[in-house]
Amino acid sequence: MAAQNEPLILETSAAPPTPLREFWSYFSDNPGAVAGLVVIFVIVLLAIFADVISPHSPVATHDDAFLKPPFWEEGGTLTYPLGTDAIGRDMLSRIIHGTRYSLLIGSIVVLISLTLGIVIGLTAGFFQGVVGILIMRLMDVILTIPGLLLAIVIVAILGPGLTNAMISVAVVYLPYFVRITRAAVIGELAKDYVTASRVNGASTPRLMFITVLPNCLAPLIVQATLSFSAGIIDAAALGFLGLGAQPPTPEWGTMLADSREFVLRAWWVVTLPGLAILITVLAGNLMGDGLRDALDPRLKR
Amino acid sequence: MLRFVFTRLTLIIPTFIGITLLTFLLVHAVPGDPLEILAGERGITAARHAQLLHDYGLDRPLYLQYLVYMGHVLRGDLGLSLITHAPVVDEFRQLFPATVELSLSAMLFAVLFGLPAGIVAAVKRNSVFDHGVMGVSLTGYSMPIFWWGLLLIILFSNTLGWTPVSGRIAVEYDVEPVTGFLLIDALLSDDEGAFRSALSHLILPMIALGTIPLAVIARMTRSSMLEVLGEDYIRTARAKGLSPFFVVGVHALRNALIPVITVIGLYVGSLFAGAILTETIFSWPGVGHWLVEGINRRDYPVLQGGVLLIGSVIMMVNLGVDLLYGLINPRIRYRR
Repeated sequence: MAAQNEPLILETSAAPPTPLREFWSYFSDNPGAVAGLVVIFVIVLLAIFADVISPHSPVATHDDAFLKPPFWEEGGTLTYPLGTDAIGRDMLSRIIHGTRYSLLIGSIVVLISLTLGIVIGLTAGFFQGVVGILIMRLMDVILTIPGLLLAIVIVAILGPGLTNAMISVAVVYLPYFVRITRAAVIGELAKDYVTASRVNGASTPRLMFITVLPNCLAPLIVQATLSFSAGIIDAAALGFLGLGAQPPTPEWGTMLADSREFVLRAWWVVTLPGLAILITVLAGNLMGDGLRDALDPRLKR
Repeated sequence: MLRFVFTRLTLIIPTFIGITLLTFLLVHAVPGDPLEILAGERGITAARHAQLLHDYGLDRPLYLQYLVYMGHVLRGDLGLSLITHAPVVDEFRQLFPATVELSLSAMLFAVLFGLPAGIVAAVKRNSVFDHGVMGVSLTGYSMPIFWWGLLLIILFSNTLGWTPVSGRIAVEYDVEPVTGFLLIDALLSDDEGAFRSALSHLILPMIALGTIPLAVIARMTRSSMLEVLGEDYIRTARAKGLSPFFVVGVHALRNALIPVITVIGLYVGSLFAGAILTETIFSWPGVGHWLVEGINRRDYPVLQGGVLLIGSVIMMVNLGVDLLYGLINPRIRYRR
């Protein structure tokens, strides 16, 4: 025991890389992940400066321009670079403003299910008796019902709307966070540093949130990124079914639902919002994959 | 093995209770008075309201109402649709084969293309083909399927005119229902036109619904195959002088398939849910389409019964997959 109090006298020629630097070297090795990060960054910029960049207001209708095609098609003009929808709203402006909703939806969904998932998962991990079993059974029930179906049921209970859609999608992803947190906590609880902290008199909440939680974050971060993408798709699907954001909100899924009847006459009103969803989700998934490879110690070379 | 089956079966009960609680709450937590929704715009007198409240048992405590509901469910009585006044169970039974037909075809499509793509990608690791498969697969995985369905319609129905836009078969064909699967029924009826019509209606929804499982299966097969190909027994098989085709196709594939089969099993359940979007886009007359109509018309018995039935079916499918999995992989059986 006395040895612990003596200063380390090991001479190292080069300092070991900090965890952050090590993470970045793994992450930046993966071109897909970096591309995803760049795209997400651009989308964030678009969302922040949406009002400045958009040529028109996303909700203003233009009586002289119904279903105008994009500028490169015959009949299109540069006034509406990506064309207009059935009541003469500028597609480009609506898509740019849509970034705000998608980022908001993804972030709030993740925030809700991550926070609740951590608290519930820590509880299930620390109290593995009846409480833990009950929690995990409940999560199993939620997992049995496919995500979209469950989200539809919850929205049907709460009523259609963007807020309720986000809540319902968050509930769908909750079990994943609970499971991951619990599994990580149980792994950590057996380790000496937890016992040491307990012997030192740390209270259970302190053990949960300050001692153990920081060591469980890596898988949670990965899951959060992947849920961000999946949440955007699910919320857009709800919008498409008329259960999410309501018109005239320029939310991409709602825009698709709005313009479904024009699918055979005006390809751009349907193609462009969906393409925006695909790009955002793809970027998120690429980033999530990169994060997993960089953070998951089991896969480290 | 019996013990394994038994523990799996007992796990079903809490799950089923959970689903019934959810569907029960679904109706009871809906804001507004259900009787006023039933009465519609005609309105209702206070006395009649009280009478109905009593008749429907809505004045009793919530837990009693739940027990009554549970009793009805166990007897197979899920109420009548508010719109068609037909029993919900009968409507479900009529529409369910269409959903099964669509889901199974989608899964078949996904396996047929995903499995070979994943195998070849693993064998030719880091080749152009590998990168291509992984890129397409990641895109497919990120695809909003409601949009993908619309794109398919724009391309194949509108621009190329190859396939019809919606429905299950052209109206002029009247196929006698034998199995409930139109494709098979049309084949049995010996009417080539009917079969061709059924097939051309099925193909786009099948691709739309099968794309995400296809992407997942291709990725899963590739990574599982890569893992197996690094094993010692593969090197032994190669050293024995077996042909590369035999090594990959027999020695490696059999073990690589185990996780892939799990994924396939897990996706069968979620296919029914994915069918909700696909059926809505293609007006495919299945239970997903019916459920969305039910939501839009505020037909609560349909919504409640539909979710319960779909949830139960998925639960049973998952149980079947679990048991099957235990059968082919003894390690799972003895873990508990």
